[in-house]
Amino acid sequence: METALCLVVGCLFTVALYLLLSKHIIRMLLGVVLLGNGVNLLIFTAGRVSSIAPPLVPAGAETPLTDVANPLPQALILTAIVISFSFFAFLLVLAYRAYQDLGTDDTDQMRVAEPEDDGPPPLGY
Amino acid sequence: MAEIEATTGGTLALALPFIAAALAPILKRIFGAYAGWILALAPAAAFALLFSFLPTIASGGVVSFGYDWIPAFDVRFSFRIDGLASTFALLITGIGTLIVLYSGGYLAGHRDQGRFFSFILMFMGAMLGLVLADDLMTLFVYWELTSITSFLLIGFDHEREKARRGAIQALAITGGGGLALLAGFILIREVAGLNSMSEILAAGDALRDSQYYLPIFVLVLCGAFTKSAQMPFHVWLPNAMEAPTPVSAYLHSATMVKAGIYLLLRTQPALGDTALWTTVLPLFGAVTLVMGALLAVRATDIKITLAYTTVSSLGLLVMLIGVSTEYALIAAVLYLIAHSLFKGGLFMVAGSVDHGAHTREIGKLGGLAKHMPITFAAALLCALSMGGITPFVGFLAKEEIYHALEHGDAYHVALMAAAILGNALMFAAAFIVALKPFVGKLPETIHHPHEGSPTIWLGPLVLGVLGLLGALFYETYHQLFSVPMASAAVGAPVEIDISWVPHLNLAFALSLATIVLGIVIYLASNAIRTATSRVLSAIGWGPDHGFDQAMRGLLRFSFFVTSRLQSGRLDYYMTVTVMVIAAGLFAPMILGGALPAEPSMPTLYFYEWIVLALILVGILAVVIAKNRLTAIVSLGIQGFSIALLFILLGAPDLSFTQFMVETLSVVILALVMTRLKLSPADHRPMRETLPDAALALAGGAGLGLFLLSIVQRPFDPVLSDFFERYSYPIAHGHNIVNVIIVDFRGVDTMGELAVVMAAGLAILALIRIRAGGKTDVQPDPMETTP
Amino acid sequence: MRTVIFRFTAPYLTALMVLFSIFVLLRGHNDPGGGFIGGLIAASAFAIYGIACGVVAVRRALWFHPMAISGAGLFFAVVAGLFSLFAGTGFMTGLWIFPVFFGNEVALSTPLLFDIGVYLVVVGGITSIALALEERDTD
Repeated sequence: METALCLVVGCLFTVALYLLLSKHIIRMLLGVVLLGNGVNLLIFTAGRVSSIAPPLVPAGAETPLTDVANPLPQALILTAIVISFSFFAFLLVLAYRAYQDLGTDDTDQMRVAEPEDDGPPPLGY
Repeated sequence: MAEIEATTGGTLALALPFIAAALAPILKRIFGAYAGWILALAPAAAFALLFSFLPTIASGGVVSFGYDWIPAFDVRFSFRIDGLASTFALLITGIGTLIVLYSGGYLAGHRDQGRFFSFILMFMGAMLGLVLADDLMTLFVYWELTSITSFLLIGFDHEREKARRGAIQALAITGGGGLALLAGFILIREVAGLNSMSEILAAGDALRDSQYYLPIFVLVLCGAFTKSAQMPFHVWLPNAMEAPTPVSAYLHSATMVKAGIYLLLRTQPALGDTALWTTVLPLFGAVTLVMGALLAVRATDIKITLAYTTVSSLGLLVMLIGVSTEYALIAAVLYLIAHSLFKGGLFMVAGSVDHGAHTREIGKLGGLAKHMPITFAAALLCALSMGGITPFVGFLAKEEIYHALEHGDAYHVALMAAAILGNALMFAAAFIVALKPFVGKLPETIHHPHEGSPTIWLGPLVLGVLGLLGALFYETYHQLFSVPMASAAVGAPVEIDISWVPHLNLAFALSLATIVLGIVIYLASNAIRTATSRVLSAIGWGPDHGFDQAMRGLLRFSFFVTSRLQSGRLDYYMTVTVMVIAAGLFAPMILGGALPAEPSMPTLYFYEWIVLALILVGILAVVIAKNRLTAIVSLGIQGFSIALLFILLGAPDLSFTQFMVETLSVVILALVMTRLKLSPADHRPMRETLPDAALALAGGAGLGLFLLSIVQRPFDPVLSDFFERYSYPIAHGHNIVNVIIVDFRGVDTMGELAVVMAAGLAILALIRIRAGGKTDVQPDPMETTP
Repeated sequence: MRTVIFRFTAPYLTALMVLFSIFVLLRGHNDPGGGFIGGLIAASAFAIYGIACGVVAVRRALWFHPMAISGAGLFFAVVAGLFSLFAGTGFMTGLWIFPVFFGNEVALSTPLLFDIGVYLVVVGGITSIALALEERDTD
């Protein structure tokens, strides 16, 4: 299973990076979502897929009776999912507002912060 | 040799200036014009404390104190007061007291006088720490602190560009030298294991015999030469004259510029007396001495004249330390003390003249003697000392200098010639400053010349009189100051018997020759000025100009680098980032031979195959989708498939969360996307997509292989076991994942909550703020309801 | 999207989902669930309500500003940590009491309070985001 997951993670990252390399904000946003999923799966796989029993302690027992799935990556990923969603929403709104103000979703034309004709700095003291 | 501990007194003396610096702005506000008198109590008290150690030190003892700082690296915050440190410290606090008083009068009514007091007291504390420090790192910290406070003081009048330039230049040069010094100290610590000055001095020949002597020598010299303004690093000192005159008098003649001299005197017993030392130091020193004195006569601004004579005097001191004989070191010590007294005084005179006549141009000054008699008296006292006329301390110094250099060989003859020429030029410069403005006719351009308040003439007068008293009571002077100081510099007890009574010998004859030559130069100063200026303009380039060129070059270079690295194009940044990711993953795997083994074909249930295939189909569809809505739907497909995968792999919590998040993502993405008025299809040409695809494939494959090599290694379950074992017994929870989130790693989760909130707030702000600063027309209904 | 059926059923659906989300929150410590999941379910519920009946209706129904809810959540989370500080143990150490109501033992704890905090932050934050985006529809 882990080998197959490695392949999936590789594919997720490939597509995510490919989308992030494009010049259009919308494509990049899709890339960000895929990147988040890729990272989550990477953490999950790195914690090994030894058992598919949910990490629960049965009622009346002190510790899990059988082998259970590794709980630590699950806890890490669970918060990561929510965080990456908030982050994604923020980026989405940022892109949207940028589009409203600049009228484009092409990153090459978004040069407010770093204008193209930025001359050399003042040479005085 | 008596060695006593004085933690309380020593620490108090060190802390007093800093305490006063912190209180200065408040005291200025409360006491107004009298703040100077109150603040002067701090250096005066420090002076008294240090003076109380004098009996111990004069009898050859040492006072030490300190605290542990970084014990793991043997770095201590430690101090040691011997003869050298003691005399320096007394000069710093003594002249410092006069300077604080002088500043009170000189900058009376200035808007930022409180800040000025604060800076100058801070400098005083730093300088005091520098000369008292024993531990090398402590010394370095104070060393740099003097550079920084000097920067603040030179740039005090920061609204003028010249002041800013002077400040930056001084900081760049002395700060750079400080870094070289740090490197030198680290080298000393590493190769010789010596952590403090006392250890260095006790180690004898350890450093001279070290194979790293040359780098240590060069680095320490870089520190000393930049701070003490040796050619060609001298440029910052004349430019530092942009600072208010009390600063010039205090930092740039009496104390800070002597820090390099102090360092050389201090390390002389351990580093000195080698062929390198006795060649390099006198060479730089002699050149600096003569050039500085020439430039001093050339200058027309009396403050600049004084600045160049300071450069020249520092050259003389370096030369003497370089000669390294006992007499030369005694001469250096005598000259150093004398110089601090007369040069500090003359600077204050220059300030006083500026204050009274509103100009410092030598050509526009004259006839002030009648209107400023006390200043004139102080000026004459200082100038006589500087000219080396008996009975002043300057005379003692000059006799000793000639005495030290009177040997027949070419080396000493050359140095002697430099000393005579330099001294004669300085003699002339002294009287240009002290005589010319006061004699002759009062020019019409000067209106109402007047004597300043007592605080302004008190300083130079006291220093001038001290120069006289030191020579008259030479036995006490030697016993308390010059002998302990020279003994520390030589590294063995010395005797000094030079007195103000002239003896007919070679040195006295040379002294007379110097005076005669000096008078000739004084009379011919206008011709010399024209000649020097002509030569300089013929050369047309100097280190000062070179500094400007270097700074501009630096700016242009950094602009070039920045514009190459930060082109402002996001896709360029992304490409570089992905390249680095791919290279960073593949390079260690291939070079380190850590490529994963070829995995066997996984055996999975058919439904697992289906879920994995769904994910792949989903992400593939995102890329090849012809229009954006399809892409979004495909994104949803892969997200839900991942949620399914999670539930298959025993992670129901993750599955639910992923499911909810995917739903919300698709919804808000669709909400926004439908509002962007973009063409639904976007086509990218092949020449753009192919390189991107190759790069992305490299990155993705790298991460996939990286993960594969991780899972092929043995798994360390220590953390997971801990959580599984203790989830119920100590945290009372059956759901281990939830227990980790809310209990075991609760602080972490709290941070994440803050992130979610911050994202929410940022989005609200983004939505509400319209371009041009106007807020949204539609008010939030929630804000209007109570 | 504003079909009659959708608009009619949305409030009931929302109410059910919110109820379910609280159930998921409270069972979280022992069974799959918890603050994050519960919060997301509730936030989706409000998002659906918003799509069906408009943002103004949701805001009125929520009574508090979503970010205020979120802030309260963070406040609870911090208070849950501070409790243990006052009890003399380290920050965020779990404290438990088991009072008996009507013959049933109820487990109350600072982790539960913390989880409620998580729930509120997520509900508030995500609802705020969703509503902010939906609101643009109307202009």
